[in-house]
Amino acid sequence: MENMVNITIDGQELSVPNSYTVLEAAREVGIDIPTLCYLKDINEVGACRVCVVEVEGARNLIASCVQPVNEGMVVKTHSRRVRQSRRTNLELVLANHNRECLTCSKNGSCELQTLSDELGVSDRNFEGAKREGHFDDLSPSVVRDSSKCILCGRCVNVCKQTQGIGILDFVNRGFQTVVAPAFEMSLTEVPCISCGQCINVCPVGALTEKDNTDLIWDALENDDLHVIVQTAPAVRSALGEEFGYPIGTGVTGKMVAALKKLGFAKVFDTNFAADLTIMEEGHELLGRVKNGGTLPMITSCSPGWINYIENFYPEFLDNLSSCKSPQQMFGAIAKSYYAEKFEIDPKKIFVASVMPCVAKKGEIKRGEMEANGLRDVDAVITTRELAKMIKEARIDFNRLEDASYDKVLGEYTGAGVIFGATGGVMEAALRTVVDVVTGDDLENLEYKAVRGIEGVKEATLEIGDLTVNAAIAHGTANASKLLEKIKSGEKDYHFIEIMACPGGCVNGGGQPFVNAETRNSIDIRVERAKVLYSEDAGLPLRKSHKNPEIQALYSEFLGEPNGHKAHELLHTHYQKKEKYNRNK
Amino acid sequence: MSLVRSHVLICGGTGCTASGSLSIEEKFKESLKKFDLENEVDIVKTGCFGLCEAGPIVVVYPEGAFYSGVKSEDIERITEEHLLKGRIVKDLLFKDAIEKDVIKSVDEVNFYKRQKRIALKNCGIINPEVIDEYIAYDGYRALGKVLTEMSQQDVIDEIKKSGLRGRGGGGFPSGLKWQFTKNATGDVKYVACNADEGDPGAFMDRSVLEGDPHAIIEAMAIAAYAIGASEGFVYIRAEYPIAVNRLEIAIEQAKEYGLLGENIFSTDFSFDLEIRLGAGAFVCGEETALIESIEGRRGMPRPRPPFPANKGIWQKPTLLNNVETYANIPQIILKGAEWFNSIGTEKSTGTKVFALGGKINNTGLVEIPMGTTLRDVIFEIGGGIPKGKKFKAVQTGGPSGGCLTETQLDEEISYDNLVRLGSMMGSGGMIVMDEDNCMVDVARFFLDFTVDESCGKCTPCREGTKRMLEILDKICQGKAEMEDLNRLDNLANMIKDSALCGLGQTAPNPVLSTMQHFRHEYIEHIVDKKCSAGVCQELLQIKITEDCIGCTACKNVCPVDCISGERKSLHEIDQNECIKCGACIDKCPVNAIIKE
Repeated sequence: MENMVNITIDGQELSVPNSYTVLEAAREVGIDIPTLCYLKDINEVGACRVCVVEVEGARNLIASCVQPVNEGMVVKTHSRRVRQSRRTNLELVLANHNRECLTCSKNGSCELQTLSDELGVSDRNFEGAKREGHFDDLSPSVVRDSSKCILCGRCVNVCKQTQGIGILDFVNRGFQTVVAPAFEMSLTEVPCISCGQCINVCPVGALTEKDNTDLIWDALENDDLHVIVQTAPAVRSALGEEFGYPIGTGVTGKMVAALKKLGFAKVFDTNFAADLTIMEEGHELLGRVKNGGTLPMITSCSPGWINYIENFYPEFLDNLSSCKSPQQMFGAIAKSYYAEKFEIDPKKIFVASVMPCVAKKGEIKRGEMEANGLRDVDAVITTRELAKMIKEARIDFNRLEDASYDKVLGEYTGAGVIFGATGGVMEAALRTVVDVVTGDDLENLEYKAVRGIEGVKEATLEIGDLTVNAAIAHGTANASKLLEKIKSGEKDYHFIEIMACPGGCVNGGGQPFVNAETRNSIDIRVERAKVLYSEDAGLPLRKSHKNPEIQALYSEFLGEPNGHKAHELLHTHYQKKEKYNRNK
Repeated sequence: MSLVRSHVLICGGTGCTASGSLSIEEKFKESLKKFDLENEVDIVKTGCFGLCEAGPIVVVYPEGAFYSGVKSEDIERITEEHLLKGRIVKDLLFKDAIEKDVIKSVDEVNFYKRQKRIALKNCGIINPEVIDEYIAYDGYRALGKVLTEMSQQDVIDEIKKSGLRGRGGGGFPSGLKWQFTKNATGDVKYVACNADEGDPGAFMDRSVLEGDPHAIIEAMAIAAYAIGASEGFVYIRAEYPIAVNRLEIAIEQAKEYGLLGENIFSTDFSFDLEIRLGAGAFVCGEETALIESIEGRRGMPRPRPPFPANKGIWQKPTLLNNVETYANIPQIILKGAEWFNSIGTEKSTGTKVFALGGKINNTGLVEIPMGTTLRDVIFEIGGGIPKGKKFKAVQTGGPSGGCLTETQLDEEISYDNLVRLGSMMGSGGMIVMDEDNCMVDVARFFLDFTVDESCGKCTPCREGTKRMLEILDKICQGKAEMEDLNRLDNLANMIKDSALCGLGQTAPNPVLSTMQHFRHEYIEHIVDKKCSAGVCQELLQIKITEDCIGCTACKNVCPVDCISGERKSLHEIDQNECIKCGACIDKCPVNAIIKE
């Protein structure tokens, strides 16, 4: 039982647990103290001084985001002194901010913009020197523009604490402080894994994805090309947010309709490829178990995770499944099986992807991601970029009639859908592995132990004669914890699922921005995952190997899972990376 | 130890070392050999004597002869005349050490007479590199007493009773801090010493560590015992190589003697000490930033609460005191709280060390009882203003403090009184200003320092101080309007009110206090576009007066060719072209060129 304390905020008396901050206490009774640098659980540093309040008896104003409540505390949240101070601090931030608001990719979703409006910033009181900016768009995934950075530290902490990496940190001092990689190197010269979590937490436009919408528009305009698109499972769980739907609304049908309106020849689903991945990965796991291969086997769907392991845990590279990610498998199949079946010159097929992920933009550029001299995938846009394209094309998203995916590479099972949430790949694989091993068609196919947002999850399953120890980690700091336990011999597993982003793809670096205020009250990872699990529950087919299109693909084209052709098209390899000085 | 008839004390502090005391020591060794006095005279390299202005300093005992500004070539004379023949070399004595041919010993000199040395007790007396000398001056007796006769609470009660307050600037009651840390729950606790002295011109802590490092080790061991810690850290700036070196030696020696390590004085108490070097960031003197730095991170302050007493180094309860605070501890234990609180004022007990600097005759370190007036410190101990100039202000508290004026000279120095007057005690910087100082420029100097030293974490300090500096620049350049003064005032108060740490909250103080006491100087800059102290370059004009003899020397030296005039006739400066470098002033043989 927590101890309660009594405090008064703006004349209102309340009783709250003593672990609360003043900010949390105020929000409990609907008093909204503005914040800027604060991001619950990720950045609680009291740096921006926008959330200051007046506390009776205190000499100075207090940052409410980090001030614990005390018995008898009397707080004023909007006295003249408080308002004046907030506004001045905000004006000071603005004076050193690149105010190209109208051409900024964050225009409309910028927290600084909103706050300036709400706090009544009107004067330009502090025009003067500006700190030296640094622009870096060399990474295929993340663009960094320090002229817009307001030094809130959210990206620093998400990278250091949540992801356990620490690519970004404060460099220089005082007025010249910038957030940058070591020695202000480019993101391409440091072991950035391109997960894009920094983009998701940036309140302004200092960190954004590399925009590839032009590549798509150009392809769509090109009559010589047959432009097809695949959508990753997590995209449908969040795209609606860009069009005013509440977080946790699935918009699969409207999304497909919008893509068709944009002019794609065929709209396919990465879920199909996720089912395919399960076929390959599930058989690979069984093969390793039976033939004494390297265990634990670790999933390879998340390109951020692949970047992480190649940089930080190369000693585990043999543990990675050799399967390409679903995105890449889709591309390889589209330019072979699909091309053959529909008699299209594979050279003329342009494969576009809509992904919740910015690392996917880098994945398609990896040297080994091609078959028969053709790149598996030609361009990647994020959920956010798709929303932009839909808006630019003036498609009235909310009034669209639901449409269905096209045939041959569009059918999917519930197993494919749940790939987008942490634990989903594991659950999907188990559904197939169990049937393959036992020869049964198991009814009970929900593995609740592997669901949820706990950082590291474990499950032990008896499958026929086999005992399978499984583990799941999401967010690379959690992944590191798990790998260290394996290294030390404390833990022993057969199969591990790892996703670079906390919560899995639903919270990927390419998903719609959710401002700090909303994040403070809702766990978006949970809400978006619900969309996927409920779609899974409603589908007639929920096991990858039951997907008729997958069955056809094997019988007509690939032969056996893990067979020769499958290996050629659907499997890949990895390599250790040097952390620094890559260009030298 | 052998008995000798004379001791030659040579200052080995940073100041005197810089002006050559090492070679003086060598020279003395040579001369003693030459005159065969090696067995009769001992050379002792001590810590700082305080009167850095007069360095290198050599004091010869038993007479207490106070030689100042000693050069290598003087050594042989001192050896032969004084040490061999017993005749003090009068012309080499410090100017105040001889009055009408009467020689005064070092402690009779005005500079020392009015001081009361507790923290600096052994500085300039013992060789800091020899633990036996410290022990001979009662060293480690206090630790022995604490460990064998006192309970943890007894120690804390004694410190509380003494009224000792933090000497690092804030003036928080030390006993209370110790009590909080003792009361905090946790198996592991730490003691730490803040030796990240960063105020421009302040070197109190450096001198203590250079002159009496064992006092700090002893005090930290006492503190560790009192709060229940067994590990300690001294966080010291890497720019203090002599202090670091002597502390390292002292720690080694203390370990050898069993005064650090396991089972000290055969009790259950064990204590070890480590040194952490700071890279010279002013903000690392702020306690939470210092802790971050000790932990190996960028020195940026953490929000408080939690306070270090509850969550300090590695989130463990940590007692953090400054060097000078610790330096008082062994004396308080040995002589008792009542002795200590009989010195000073009711609420500011004991003494305080100040680094006297600026426009003052006796630049150096002084330790005075609390309650001494500013006038006594500046005019009696400090010897007043050089060249007969007029006193204008004294700045205390460094970049966090404020300026005090002539009308406040008779005020007593104590924590609360200085705050009441709009300044603060700070760590002990005391900079004297005369009529040639422009107070706007002084404010700008200090603010420039804090702008550079801001860690960049919080908005008001990172962005706000820079905007203040920009306004001050405008004022000093004569480009400001009266409205800017309001903006400066508002911004200063906002920063003070909302910055995250002490650095930011106090950064506006030099501006606020000069605006309060010397508002007319600001207005003069803004309205009249003049700087009557003659400091702000942009507001000055260099003019040639009627005294010009037309020698053309100025014209020839001018780097921008802005002086015109025929030989033997009055020359003239083109004000639009002049860059105010002053080369012509230096060149003029008849002082006909002036700045105004």
